[in-house]
Amino acid sequence: MEQREYTQEINITDQLMARINELVSHYPEGKKKSALIPVLHEVQDAHDNWLSVGLMNKVAEILDIKPIEVYEVVTFYTMFNEKPVGKYMLEFCQTSCCALRSGEELMDYTCEKLGVKPGETTTDGMFSVVGVECLGACGYAPMLQLGDFYHEHMTKEKIDALIEDCRQGKINLR
Amino acid sequence: MGRKILLENINIPGIKDYEVYRKNGGYTAVEKALKSMTPDEITEQVKTSGMRGRGGAGFPMGMKWSFIDKKSGKPRHLVVNADESEPGTFKDRYLMEHIPHLLIEGAIISSFALEANLSYIYIRGEYMWVYNILEKAIKEAYANGWLGKNILGTGYNLDLHVHCGAGAYVCGEETALIESLEGKRGNPRMKPPFPAVSGLWAEPTVVNNVESISTVPWIINNSGEEYAKIGVGRSTGTKLISASGHIKNPGVYEIELGMTVDEFMNSDEYCGGMMDDRPLKALVPGGSSVPILPVHYIFKTANGEDRLMTYESLADGGFVTGSSLGSGGFIVYNDTACIVRNTWNFTRFYHHESCGQCSPCREGTGWMEKILYRIENGMGTMDDIDLLWDIQSQIDGNTICPLGDAAAWPVAAAIRHFREEFEYHVRFPQKIKNRDHFVSEPMEKVRHLLK
Amino acid sequence: MKINIDGHIIEVDPGTTILQAARMIGGPSVPPTMCYYSKLDDCGGKCRCCLVEVTKGSEKDPRPMPKLQPSCVTAVQDGMEVKSATSERALKARRSVSEFLLINHPLDCPVCDQAGECDLQNLAYGNENYKSRFKEQKRTFEPEDIGPYIQLHMNRCILCYRCVKLADQLTQERVHGVICRGDHAQISTYVSRAIDNDFSGNVIDVCPVGALTDKTFRFKSRVWFNKPFNAHRDCPKCSGKVVLWMFGDTIQRVTARKDEYHEVEDFICNECRFEHKENVEDWVIEGPRKFEKFSVINANNYTRPLKKVKIEVDDLTLEGRKQDEKKISMKSSPYDEDELNAINEVKGE
Repeated sequence: MEQREYTQEINITDQLMARINELVSHYPEGKKKSALIPVLHEVQDAHDNWLSVGLMNKVAEILDIKPIEVYEVVTFYTMFNEKPVGKYMLEFCQTSCCALRSGEELMDYTCEKLGVKPGETTTDGMFSVVGVECLGACGYAPMLQLGDFYHEHMTKEKIDALIEDCRQGKINLR
Repeated sequence: MGRKILLENINIPGIKDYEVYRKNGGYTAVEKALKSMTPDEITEQVKTSGMRGRGGAGFPMGMKWSFIDKKSGKPRHLVVNADESEPGTFKDRYLMEHIPHLLIEGAIISSFALEANLSYIYIRGEYMWVYNILEKAIKEAYANGWLGKNILGTGYNLDLHVHCGAGAYVCGEETALIESLEGKRGNPRMKPPFPAVSGLWAEPTVVNNVESISTVPWIINNSGEEYAKIGVGRSTGTKLISASGHIKNPGVYEIELGMTVDEFMNSDEYCGGMMDDRPLKALVPGGSSVPILPVHYIFKTANGEDRLMTYESLADGGFVTGSSLGSGGFIVYNDTACIVRNTWNFTRFYHHESCGQCSPCREGTGWMEKILYRIENGMGTMDDIDLLWDIQSQIDGNTICPLGDAAAWPVAAAIRHFREEFEYHVRFPQKIKNRDHFVSEPMEKVRHLLK
Repeated sequence: MKINIDGHIIEVDPGTTILQAARMIGGPSVPPTMCYYSKLDDCGGKCRCCLVEVTKGSEKDPRPMPKLQPSCVTAVQDGMEVKSATSERALKARRSVSEFLLINHPLDCPVCDQAGECDLQNLAYGNENYKSRFKEQKRTFEPEDIGPYIQLHMNRCILCYRCVKLADQLTQERVHGVICRGDHAQISTYVSRAIDNDFSGNVIDVCPVGALTDKTFRFKSRVWFNKPFNAHRDCPKCSGKVVLWMFGDTIQRVTARKDEYHEVEDFICNECRFEHKENVEDWVIEGPRKFEKFSVINANNYTRPLKKVKIEVDDLTLEGRKQDEKKISMKSSPYDEDELNAINEVKGE
């Protein structure tokens, strides 16, 4: 359970808290727990894209639920990261339609280029390469997700350019 | 040109924005419905339209609405299922991204028909930019009086919110979706009770697909009867098809149900024929869950009739020689595609997405993936093929939710129609070492080795 | 409401499930259960062991149900006809479920404290010639310490969710749950917390397999070497009604009383379970526990009134002396001189 040992600085800013309150307001009185997943997204986005135990406990406290209820949810859904990830997480779709159109080759290429294996992060903490299941862009294969956005009809050249743009800080994640 | 209902206005510049949408006839259906129709009349129109749920199961939508419990007096909810995750399907995203107000308009009318005052759109977490589009559109709808208290002075109140998931295919199953909306793990519930009686927060709930709800404004504007005139038999109306794989023009298309598969596949208006003009090998017509069809059952049914893009025609022959329209995920394979690899890929997907509640799915999907991985990598035996068949047959129908069936069917169909490829993998491991082995040596060229 | 199960007809109240009706009938028609627990709400439907074939839906709608139904969560309809032990389909599906449950199970029964009272063993045994076709590597989990009283062996877990439902329904704050998903789903506290509250020990009793066992009983003795006695004490927290599992005068472990379906009659508190094992005098012993089900534990009948716990077997057996424990089942090996002296000593007492 090595990931439990990572710690992170927790900072629920006023702006974040306001957003959390807005999300909570979408559900009836007494149904605060319903806001859990949207709240976790916001909190994760504001904390380097991952959720430590401490942060999950904080979310539990905000939503008046038990910590285990948060752990159960965080570990169920693939978009929540339980340990630190690269600043730029390149999530390659590996499912059928992308695989048919060279999605696997493209991921191999990216891994080789960055010197990592799937699931790993570069030593400088800049990039993670992850294989994920169908992202609903089958007609625009092969594709990858970076932050909130999809990058479709990918080629090796586009990968090169994207990585370069990331390095130069030209890519918006949200 | 086929008739367009959902994508009629899709090419109008700026249709994403409220003003443009409104100027082009947007929200007139809400006015008509709220001011001149009763909830039951709306449900009646939807029933008359014969519209079948576009999420995959094809259950008549009007019928589903009529099951909602209005007697208990509990608050009711509409939940729009935008958790589109079926491999091969990407139509809902296209609609929401390009014409979000159509969905919101449909959701308002549908909520009114269900007498729901609090409704949600549940969107998969990966579609975060679409989430933002919807959130903005909802704000616009509130600002213009289409949502909130006393809409159009009719006394009808409706709050509509968008809620995001976080990466779980199983949440496309309606009860898992409801659990997820309650802030829990996406474990499907036992049925009964059905959501129409006890859904979100144990209150009566109807869950409908994005495409289905987006069709409602047209039905209100033009009547259910008009809608029912489109299509063939019990497959009424138009359907969005997500086309992908080895075709010239992948993308989302709206077709009138009843078009031949041949026309859809080969006409330049749609798929445009095969990519690189390589021969067609197989087709998955309705998303990864439905049985794959070999080339001889794609354009003709086993009886020699033209195969049509309808619920009935695609299912003709049952699972032996037919398939299903499912959610309209049309995946085309040419002769370079390896069916074994593709089946392993699908099974890996279902293994990854199983919620883990019930034993046949939790254990069976992982087992099948391991066996398929071995066969695909030249470490399989002939017994493995029969074992796979046996495992899938014991998952099929024995699980809590349809994910088990969805995991079983592709395996069954692949073995049924492409057994020779499995045998080839078992008998000639050196030939299938590379994942693109069929590129240089398609099955046609090596089939003689099996004799 | 009338229901016909394997030809047996019974009248039941509305809301009764097929399983409950089958249990009223009894005998081979009762489907096996791994996840259902009548004492816990909303518990069942997951393991799929209790699948039955509904050949007639009801008097009103006589169509058969196309899919096999989980009997534990399917309500009886008037006029329903069900095939349980007489349905080849249902039996095949149950055999498959048993195979599914075993593919990743470690099959470490020789060192498992649950052996002898394990529902999974019974389920598998019921399948007679079970031979696994699973050739792959088994899935395993990292061990997790959940405190001094309860031992968690996740590899043995079948994810019945009983312990989770129990913690929700019986205790104030649930600290464990199911994390991750699919075949990686596991019972865990996520942060290696002790599961420690007045009623946490009950998870041991509801666990159908050896995933949650009594740490204070670990490797003490095989269950069938102990003799169960109904006993009670005045307990401010619970009913105090327990079963003492004795070896001679020694209390090896304390459990709640379970019925023929291995479901507890009354949940007990941790004090009763863990903190009154030193002294038999803490308890009022009511008498030997009777089992309605076939059980190795029933093999020896208790024929004598209970003073010192004594049973009609070999002389020293169950007198509770450490050195005698291994004597059980070794009837034919004669006693040596020391032992004979010891016997006479005890008899003289």
